[in-house]
Amino acid sequence: MSDVTHDALDYVPPLEVEEEVLYHAKTWLGKYVFCQDAKVIAIQYSVTAIGIGLVALVLSLLMRLQLGFPHEFDIIDPTNYLQFVTMHGMIMVVYLLTALFLGGFGNYLIPLMVGARDMVFPYVNMISFWVYFVAVMVLVASFFVPGGSTGAGWTLYPPQAISPGTPGVDAGIILMLVSLALFIIGFTMGGLNYVVTVLQARTRGLSLMRLPLTIWGIFMATVLALLAFPALFVSAIMMILDRTLETSFFMPAMISLGDQTSYDGGSPVLFQHLFWFFGHPEVYIVALPAFGIVSDLLSVHARKAIFGYRMMVWAIVAIGALSFVVWAHHMYVSGMNPYFGFFFATTTLIIAVPTAIKVYNWVLTLWRGNIRLTVPMMFAIGFIFTFINGGLTGLFLGNVTIDLPLSDTYFVVAHFHMVMAVSPVLVVFGAIYHWYPKITGKMLDDVLGKIHFWMTFLGTYAIYFPMHYLGFEGIPRRYFAYGDTAFMSDSSQDLNAAITVAAFVVATAQLFFLWNLFISYFRGREAGGNPWEATTLEWQTAHTPPRHGNFDELPLVYRWAYDFSVPGVEQDYIPQNVSPAEVEQMQQRVEPSSEQTTDEKP
Amino acid sequence: MILAVALIVLTAGSVLFHLISPWYLTPLASNWSSIDATLGLTFWVTGTVFVLVNGFMAWAVIKYRYDKNRRAEYQPENTKLELWLTGVTSVGVAALLTPGLFVWAEFVTPPEDAHEVEVVSQQWHWSFRYPGEDGEFGAIESRYVSEENPFGMEREDPLGQDDVLVFSPTLHIPLDKPIKTNLRSKDVLHDFAVAQFRVKMDMVPGLVTYLWFTPTKTGEYEILCEELCGVGHHTMRGMVVVDTQEDFDAWLDAQPTYAEVLAKPVGDAALGQAQYAVCAACHGSQGEGNPVLHSPKLAGQGGWYLRRQIEYFKNGARGSHPDDEFGKQMAPMVATLVNDAAVENVIAYIQTLPDNPTEHTVTGDLENGADIYVTCGACHGWGGEGRYAVNASRLAGMSDWYLVTQLKNFRKGARGVHDNDKYGVQMAMMAAILRSDARIDDVVAYINTLSGGQAQANSNSAAPVTVTSTTTSASNEPQATVASRE
Amino acid sequence: MSYALVILALILGVVVWWLLKQTFNLEPWAATASTDAVRTEGVRSPSTMIPLPPVKLALGVFLAVVTSLFALFISAYSIRMEYGDWRPMPEPVLLWVNSGILVLSSVFLQAGWSAAKRGSIATVRFGVAGGGALAIAFVVGQLLAWYQLTSGGYLISGNPANAFFYLITGVHALHLIGGLVALAKTVRRVWQSDDTAAMSLGVELCAVYWHYLLAVWVIVFGLMLST
Repeated sequence: MSDVTHDALDYVPPLEVEEEVLYHAKTWLGKYVFCQDAKVIAIQYSVTAIGIGLVALVLSLLMRLQLGFPHEFDIIDPTNYLQFVTMHGMIMVVYLLTALFLGGFGNYLIPLMVGARDMVFPYVNMISFWVYFVAVMVLVASFFVPGGSTGAGWTLYPPQAISPGTPGVDAGIILMLVSLALFIIGFTMGGLNYVVTVLQARTRGLSLMRLPLTIWGIFMATVLALLAFPALFVSAIMMILDRTLETSFFMPAMISLGDQTSYDGGSPVLFQHLFWFFGHPEVYIVALPAFGIVSDLLSVHARKAIFGYRMMVWAIVAIGALSFVVWAHHMYVSGMNPYFGFFFATTTLIIAVPTAIKVYNWVLTLWRGNIRLTVPMMFAIGFIFTFINGGLTGLFLGNVTIDLPLSDTYFVVAHFHMVMAVSPVLVVFGAIYHWYPKITGKMLDDVLGKIHFWMTFLGTYAIYFPMHYLGFEGIPRRYFAYGDTAFMSDSSQDLNAAITVAAFVVATAQLFFLWNLFISYFRGREAGGNPWEATTLEWQTAHTPPRHGNFDELPLVYRWAYDFSVPGVEQDYIPQNVSPAEVEQMQQRVEPSSEQTTDEKP
Repeated sequence: MILAVALIVLTAGSVLFHLISPWYLTPLASNWSSIDATLGLTFWVTGTVFVLVNGFMAWAVIKYRYDKNRRAEYQPENTKLELWLTGVTSVGVAALLTPGLFVWAEFVTPPEDAHEVEVVSQQWHWSFRYPGEDGEFGAIESRYVSEENPFGMEREDPLGQDDVLVFSPTLHIPLDKPIKTNLRSKDVLHDFAVAQFRVKMDMVPGLVTYLWFTPTKTGEYEILCEELCGVGHHTMRGMVVVDTQEDFDAWLDAQPTYAEVLAKPVGDAALGQAQYAVCAACHGSQGEGNPVLHSPKLAGQGGWYLRRQIEYFKNGARGSHPDDEFGKQMAPMVATLVNDAAVENVIAYIQTLPDNPTEHTVTGDLENGADIYVTCGACHGWGGEGRYAVNASRLAGMSDWYLVTQLKNFRKGARGVHDNDKYGVQMAMMAAILRSDARIDDVVAYINTLSGGQAQANSNSAAPVTVTSTTTSASNEPQATVASRE
Repeated sequence: MSYALVILALILGVVVWWLLKQTFNLEPWAATASTDAVRTEGVRSPSTMIPLPPVKLALGVFLAVVTSLFALFISAYSIRMEYGDWRPMPEPVLLWVNSGILVLSSVFLQAGWSAAKRGSIATVRFGVAGGGALAIAFVVGQLLAWYQLTSGGYLISGNPANAFFYLITGVHALHLIGGLVALAKTVRRVWQSDDTAAMSLGVELCAVYWHYLLAVWVIVFGLMLST
């Protein structure tokens, strides 16, 4: 335990600092549609992302219907099955998770948590949302064009993505690529905001090491995104040219359904390198904000500083940096130079180390804490449990040799859903239960929250844990139907049916959540400014919900974000903007025994 | 509290699930037990971590649940503990990685004495090639691929003359001999995967990739394509048959070499006319078919398809199933075609018959049929003209009632599942999406509106004709090299 | 991929180094700031902030993104160059002329920037307007070069060297056009006001962006010449 230095006892009121001139809109359109307040933009991003995410959820249910009860539904045939697979994947990864974590949580929390009035470039921020919105519309349009949306898998591998025989090669693939390009442009505008705001708009006293881990996670994810999305952009542009102008960036000399083509010399593996150069950092773009947020949820609800804050920060930075050198573990069986396998297996297993440290630190935060099992805390613990599972199965796949039997089977599907869909989404839910009171001034209903938690946590584990074993059997992914094989057991079909039922249960559980969001807005318990007794700046605003400009007077920061259960102080939390002088004024704690010990209670 | 119990139950339950799960690796049939061993080691290490960390967490949730009289400890970090944990984790990770890398080193280095076979993939089936007596593969080029030359063989290359070509998705290999498969694709990405051998590798057009293994048990093992390659991906099936050396030799001898394929007799339509008299009784003198006698139109159908069906009726792949009412009649009929020459002749004659429009007897919902046909068209052609390259027969302009019967036969397993039916499983799987007879009528009614194929010319090939492509391209790199690029 | 990796490693290396420097030896739970210090530290405390105006930092970050983009294109180009069917494009003289125009354009903008620092409004106007006009001339010149090559039979789908040429020069020109949009705003401001101090930052950012695109052009053109 380190000493806390004390300062003069006189109370020093916070001073005014240079004011930013915020744009205050006058028209209705300016206030609600083209609003430049990052909080409104955050809501816009979140609503759009969740909306399109629900579409993708329905697509996944359709896929599960076919897998669980094959050939029972006329509306699902091999063509649209592949379209569902593709659109579900792309929407979930890019248009839901990335947009929600960075555009949604980033926009809302960054200015508040760094003590700023808004993002540094509010106009560009507003534009970034509308570019994202147009990108979503273009993507949705691909369902309605002749040929329908692309069915190439979210990985969009050429030559098949732009060759006949795959759904959507007429128009769907072009719209997909255009939509991605638009998303990347919009995201870059937002990303500039997030990075520069965190670096330049922190209120006084808020050094980098006093930032909450939520901000570290979102910040590092944004840095990754800014550097990694260009790889997707490059491959999208080159594929558009291959499709529309018959260039051969990715297209080798090939036959297409029996006919000779004019392509020559291109490399499909080059696309894979470019795609995964983006694709691997992308999963950390989703994971790092989740890591940051869950650290804060655990800390607040366990009344204990996050364990090993410094290591947590460095682990976030290390994971971010390392994420750029592991991409080809998605390509072990791609036909690339086999010797690359040695390198990438090594880097992949190295990246497991900082990730494991984070897991230990989360659990050690709980240890010797004072754990309030609120709904956000339950989701946070659910995250840890499912992330341990998902992270460990990554060790199977990362080890190149074991990837041989498991690649392209349901083991991979189970792994990535566990680490991308279950864990981060549990964090999203936890985060919404945690911050909804700040955004709306009302608490979400506890009973509905617990029902939502249990159904979602148990249900998603029931879906994805057994699915790994389908992968061990060798059951391939992206298959419309399995037919008869010697090695796929009959009972695996029963397991698939059970998983489908669980999927429907989980989907239904989300209705409780949506209803809770709606009804609590009107009938929820009043929250007050800081219902969780948290330390970070967003809870110290003068008004709840915070107004445009966030703070009446910009706060001054005296301490890090995790002064929970500080010895000698009765109140078990000290907000960041409380000066040492004010702490002196707070009620001192008298310990039950003669000296402060850190042993178990007598 | 309940949460901690749930965590404990889920942790224990997961371990129990693993121990009693009937779903696990299928029994190994190759030399790659080292992969299974590495997998086992990984389970031990990760399983231990899973139990320990989750157990510790559950314990913490119980022990440190909220008590307003208690305080959490203020311990921002414990450098010693963190470093120790880092060290232990690194050791654990290294323990997993090291054996894995050794096995991988073995995998990327096929033995010197491994036999080689080439696996050729395309949408949506497999074919194979052996190097023949000289042990060398002949050169191949994408631009030589045609209906007459599906392997893309370079005709002038002497090394290719003895290559054994396997026009079927069944690969035979001898037991206990290491085999290196050279994998190539003619069109899009595919992946050759056999679960029992534990190996797979993508096949990239423009490259030759490889994998190797030694089969250790005789038997039949399914080949699955494991890189999404279009709507037919899930139907792209094959079989690896591991034979004893004698059986393998016998089988290999029975396959044609490229030279033999080149030397196949061209059909003589004039001689075929006499043969056809037997067929005309049912199929009509103009090959127009006869619904009353359950005989479909033959005129206008691809010669390759006719040839294959004759072969199937001869070897029982068609017509032997008890539920195939009218197919049974064909066996004695094809028996009258006593040899290959007779078959070629009659096909050549059928090719001369006029391709007249048929009478439409099937009606249905055309819009629904069009929707269904989106999937069918990938193989059968958007105009219903058929595609040799994907083993899809012409549908437009043929006997619609026959299409209905065959779709029903595929759906109920009366056609397509026989061992000798090389590609029938694909249609059996596709027909499964036509759950009701009404859907079959819809799609066939839609096919009746298609006009592709009326102008189809030379869709047959009695024998590969002379390759007429010019060989002036500067980049004539043989694709049969072993190393993979990138 | 190696070029892109090296560039990215450099950028990430800088990011990681800076972050570690900011965070290394601190124990954030130790309250080190006295009340006075917090109160009197400016908004941009040197130990916690990067001493740049936000918009300049934003340009720096954006240039890192653009660098990533061009590095990836160049990586793809270098990989593709290795294959047997590569046939280099001819280099029309026009491309050299265009290069010269782009250099001049940067020179004008640099002059404008220096003038803004000095306070000489007339030169500022001359610099930004002239730089803009020359950049437009460059873009037109590129389009002309494209026209020359396509009429000479060098179509984009002809062979990979062609494809990359059109692609990379196209992306470069698009970035320049984007810059022209920003420059247009600057030109307007420069014409409407005499306050060179206030406009100095805007002119500087345009000049930096212009020099960056010139550097990209030099690298890209040099690469194409050497193959």
